[in-house]
Amino acid sequence: MAAHLSSGRVNLTALREAGRRELREFLDKCAGSKAIVWDEYLTGPFGLIAQYSLLKEHEVEKMFTLKPGRLPQADVKNIIFFVRPRLELMDIITDNVLREDRGRSPQRDFHILFVPRRSLLCEQWLKEQGVLGSFIHREQYSLDLIPFDGDLLSMESESAFKECYLESDQTSLYHAAKGLMTLQALYGTIPQIFGKGECARHVANMMIRMKREFPGSQNSIFPVFDTLLLLDRNVDLLTPLATQLTYEGLIDEIYGIQNTYVKLPPEKFALKKQGEGGKDLPTEPKKLQLNSAEELYAEIRDKNFNAVGSVLSKKAKIISAAFEERHHAKTVGEIKQFVSQLPHMQAARSSLANHTSIAELIKDITTSEDFFDNLTVEQEFMSGIDTDKVNNYIEDCIAQKHPLIKILRLVCLQSVCNSGLKQKVLDHYKREIIQTYGYEHILTLNNLEKAGLLKPQTGGRNNYPMIRKTLRLWMDDVNEQNPNDISYVYSGYAPLSVRLAQLLARPGWRSIEEVLKMLPGPHFEERQQLPTGLQKKRQHGENRVTLVFFLGGVTYAEIAALRFLSQMEDGGTEYVIATTKLINGTSWIKSLMEKLEPAPF
Amino acid sequence: MSRARADEEEYWHSSKFRAFTFDDEDDELSQLKESKRAVNSLRDIVDDDDDLERVSWSGEPVGSISWSIKETASSSASSLEGRDSNLQKGSSSYAAFPKQVSSYSLSSLFKGRNKLPSFQSLSDALSDTGVKNYAPELRRPKAEYKDYSSDWSPKDTVRRMQRGKVCSLERFRSLQDKLVLLDEAVAGHDGNVITAVLIFLKRTLRREILFRELEVRQVALCHLIHFLKETGEQKLLLDLLRFLDRTEEVALSQYREHLNIQDVEKRREFLKGCIGLPFSAEDTSHIQDHYTLLERQIIIEANDRRLETAGQSEIFRKYPRKASILNMPLVTTLFYSCFYHYTEAEGTFSSPTNLKKTFKIPDKQYVLTALAARAKLRAWDDVDALFTTKNWLGYTKKKAPIGFHRVVEILQRNNAPVQVLQEYVRLVEDVESRLNLATKYKCHDVVIETYRDLKDRIQLTAYKCKVERGSADEEKINSILNN
Repeated sequence: MAAHLSSGRVNLTALREAGRRELREFLDKCAGSKAIVWDEYLTGPFGLIAQYSLLKEHEVEKMFTLKPGRLPQADVKNIIFFVRPRLELMDIITDNVLREDRGRSPQRDFHILFVPRRSLLCEQWLKEQGVLGSFIHREQYSLDLIPFDGDLLSMESESAFKECYLESDQTSLYHAAKGLMTLQALYGTIPQIFGKGECARHVANMMIRMKREFPGSQNSIFPVFDTLLLLDRNVDLLTPLATQLTYEGLIDEIYGIQNTYVKLPPEKFALKKQGEGGKDLPTEPKKLQLNSAEELYAEIRDKNFNAVGSVLSKKAKIISAAFEERHHAKTVGEIKQFVSQLPHMQAARSSLANHTSIAELIKDITTSEDFFDNLTVEQEFMSGIDTDKVNNYIEDCIAQKHPLIKILRLVCLQSVCNSGLKQKVLDHYKREIIQTYGYEHILTLNNLEKAGLLKPQTGGRNNYPMIRKTLRLWMDDVNEQNPNDISYVYSGYAPLSVRLAQLLARPGWRSIEEVLKMLPGPHFEERQQLPTGLQKKRQHGENRVTLVFFLGGVTYAEIAALRFLSQMEDGGTEYVIATTKLINGTSWIKSLMEKLEPAPF
Repeated sequence: MSRARADEEEYWHSSKFRAFTFDDEDDELSQLKESKRAVNSLRDIVDDDDDLERVSWSGEPVGSISWSIKETASSSASSLEGRDSNLQKGSSSYAAFPKQVSSYSLSSLFKGRNKLPSFQSLSDALSDTGVKNYAPELRRPKAEYKDYSSDWSPKDTVRRMQRGKVCSLERFRSLQDKLVLLDEAVAGHDGNVITAVLIFLKRTLRREILFRELEVRQVALCHLIHFLKETGEQKLLLDLLRFLDRTEEVALSQYREHLNIQDVEKRREFLKGCIGLPFSAEDTSHIQDHYTLLERQIIIEANDRRLETAGQSEIFRKYPRKASILNMPLVTTLFYSCFYHYTEAEGTFSSPTNLKKTFKIPDKQYVLTALAARAKLRAWDDVDALFTTKNWLGYTKKKAPIGFHRVVEILQRNNAPVQVLQEYVRLVEDVESRLNLATKYKCHDVVIETYRDLKDRIQLTAYKCKVERGSADEEKINSILNN
C-alpha cells in the first residue's frame, strides 16, 4: 500500500505509521460503533494516511460528507466530525447538532476532531451557538506533514500563502515548525539550517525556541538529514507563474492533481473489447493515482514532455517483445515461466495504456496554437524581451475574454520579470481587466499588489536582468531529451528557487551575496548542536541529504528539477522536498482571488 | 514499428525551435500511436481483467476513504437489524481488536518528557500512552482540560494553550497583565492562541485602549483584522482601520460588502455611498464607473424586458435574450448594446455611442466589440461602415484601429461568407500574413492577385491545384500565366 514511501533515501513510512497510530488512539477513545462525518477537503489527505479498513477495524461503520441539515439515520453510538478549524464548517456542525432528534434512544454522542489543530476561535463560535457542550471529545489531529511520495511531504494547507503574505497570519508557519519538530523527532536533529525570506526566518526561530522549550525533543537518533533549507515562496514569485513543461507538471496544469489523484476525461480510457463496440461509454471521469509506486510513471513524470513519447514507444516495444516470447515457449517449464511473469507484464501493459492515453490528451493541448502563443510570450518575458510595454497577446486574450486567471498569470509574470510595471502599463492592464471581467475584480487586483505579484516599478530600476544573468535563469541551449541542467523543466527557464538550492550545495551562497540582497527577506544560517556520538562521519562518496521546505507552495516542475539534481552523478546531494501546499500557477492565483459571489445565473 | 532506432532518436531530437515546440508534420503523434497500437494489439492475448488492484470505475481504489463514504452512505438501510450486535460489539471491542502498537505517535513526541524517547520497546510505548484514557468516558466533558490551578504565569498559560488545554484567562485583570499575556502569545507564533487572547482582550478592554495597544503590536493587529474579517464584524473592523488611518483599506473593505447585496436597487444605492470613500485616485474613477454602469443597466433592463414581453420588437423576437444584463461587466454591456440597440441615437442610455462616451471606452475596444456583435447578426453593411472613413475630399478609405488580420479572424469565427471575408483579407498590409490568411480561408481571388503582383509564376502555378477544376479561379490563373 505504501511501499513507495520507503523507496527514497529517507524512509517516510515511519511518518505515516505515526499518523496511523494517533488516528487509532483517537478512535478508540470513542468507544462503540461510530459514524464519521467528513469535511470533504480532508478525505484526500487522510486517504494518504489510512484506508477505510483501518477505520473499520476501529468500529467506524458509516461515513458521511459534512453538509447542513439533519444527519442521516445511522444507528451508531458515536458521531465524529473530522473537520478543519473553519468557522463556516462550525456553522454546518451547529446545524447538524441542533437538528438531532432529542427523542431518539439511545442517543448518539458527538465528538470533534480538528485537523490539524484545535481552534479556540472555533470552539468559542460553537459556544456562542450553544452547542459546545454537546461534544464529549474535542481533540486535534496534527496532520502537519503528509507523506505524498518517497521524497515528498506536503501540509496541503491551501491558504498558507495568502495567510502569510496577505494577511500576515503566521499560523501556518507555526504548523510548519511543528511538522519539522515531528520530523526531527523521527529522523534526528538536523544539524544545519539555511534559509531565505521573512517566513523562513520565523520558522527557524520557532524551531529553535521549541527545541529549547521541549527538552523531550532532544533525541538520540542518528540524523538522517544533513541540511534543512527553508525558502519563502515570495523569494521566487516567478516560477509558479510559468507553465510547467514536465509530464507531471503538465498533467497538473491541465487537469489538476489532488492528493496524488487526477481525474481525466473518460473517452480515451474506454476499454474496447471485441464484440462490444462503442456501447457503455463511461461518462464519469477516470480517476488515477499517480506516484512512484508505478514504475513507468516514476520514470517519465519528471521528464520534459517532449521526451516522453520516445520512452513510451521504447516501452511498447519491450512489452510487445515480452509477449512475443510466448511463441518461443515450447517446454512446460518455459510456459510456466512465461505465465508466472504474466501479472507483471499485464500491469506494465495497463500502465503503458494509461500513460499513452494521458500523453495523447496532453499533446492535443500542447500542440494547439494558443498554447504555443502563450508559451512564446512567457518565454519572451522570462528571457527579458519587451517586459516594459503593453503586450499584444495579453491584450488580445482580454479582448477574446480568455479565462481571467490566465490573464492574471501573464500580467503578473510580466510584472515580476520587470521588477514591477511602469505605472502607465499597469493602469492600462487594470482598466482593461476590470472593464472586461467586472469592476469587482478591483479587489483581486489589490490582493495581487499586496502580495507583490503585480506592482508599479519603484525607483525605475529593473533588477531582474541582473538576477537572471547571475543565477543563469535563462539557458539558450536547453536539451529536453538528455538534460544537463535544471532549465529543461521549463524548456529554457531554470527555476530560481531550485537554482538557489543548487548554488547553496555548491559553491555556497557566499558567491551570490549580491543577488541574495536583491531578493526579499534575510538569508541566514543556523547550527543545531549534536551530541558528539551523533556527529556524522561521512563515508567517501556518500551523498548529503537536504530537506528543502517551500513555505507558500511548490510546483511539480520545481520538484522535478530537485530530483534531477539528486540523480546527477557527482551531484553530492540528495533532496527531500516539503511544502505547505503543492501548487501550480492557476491554483495559486485562485487562492489570492477575492471570493466573489457566484454569478446570478 | 519498423522505423530504425537511429531514425527515431533523430525524430524526437529534431525540435526546430530552442523553445518548447513541436514539429508540424502530420506524423508528430506517431510514437504515441505506436505505443497505442502495441497496447491494443496486446489486448487480445491477455485476460480481460486488468485490475490488479481492485479499482472501481471512478478509479478510487476499493476501500479508500472517499469510496467508502459513498458505499456506507448508500447502505445505511441495513443498519437497523445490526443494532443489537453493534451494541454488543461496542463493549467487547477491545478484546475483539487487539490494538496495534506501532513505535511512534505524533502526540507522544511532544509530551515534553525529559526521557529520551526511544519508543522502540513495547512496554515503553504502552507506558507512554498510559496517560491517555482508554476507558470509555461518556457524557462527561473532559475534566482533564479544566484548569483549576489559577497561578499559571502568562508564559505557562500560553504554553498550555498551545498544547490544546483550555485555560481560564479571567484572572489576568490588569491591563499590564493582559498585555504581557498578549506579547507572550505573539512570541509563540501560534495564531490559534493569539486569536484566543485577542478574543479575551476584545471582550474585556475598552475599544480605544485595545486599538491603541494593538497599533504598536503589528502581528497581533494583523490577527485581529483577519479575525474580524472571518467573523464578519464589519463595523468594528472599519472602526479599527479608521483608527489606524488605513483609509484605503477601509474603502476597499466597505466596497467589498456590495457583493453580499443581492437586490440590485439596494446594491446600486450602496455603490453610490461608496463613491465618496477614500480610494486611491485610480480606483475612485473605477468605483464611480461601477455605480454608473449598474444604474445604466437597471434602466436598460427594465426597458428591454418590457419590449421583449410585448413581443413587438423584431430583434428581441428573433434573438431572445439569454440572460439579464444586470451586473454584467462593461464590455459585455457594450456588446449587448451593439447587438440590440446599435442604431439608437446617442441621446439614449442604451446606445453604444453613449456608452462609449460615458465610460471613455478606447476606440480599439469599441471597434472590437461592435464588430463581434454585428458579425454575429451577420450585418455585413454595419461591419463595412465600421471601417469606412471619409477624408475631407469626400474619398472613402478603409481603416481599422485593430489591424485587419484581427478583423478577419473575428469575421471568420462568426462564419462570414468568403465574399465578405476576402474584402478584409485584401486589406491586410503585410504580404506574408495576407497570403497566409487568404490561403487558410480559401480566398482564392486574393491569393491569385497577390502572386500576380509579386510576379511569382511558380507559386501561382502551384496554387492551381488548390482551386476547383474549370472554375473561374482557374481561368483567372491561366489568363495571368499566359500574359
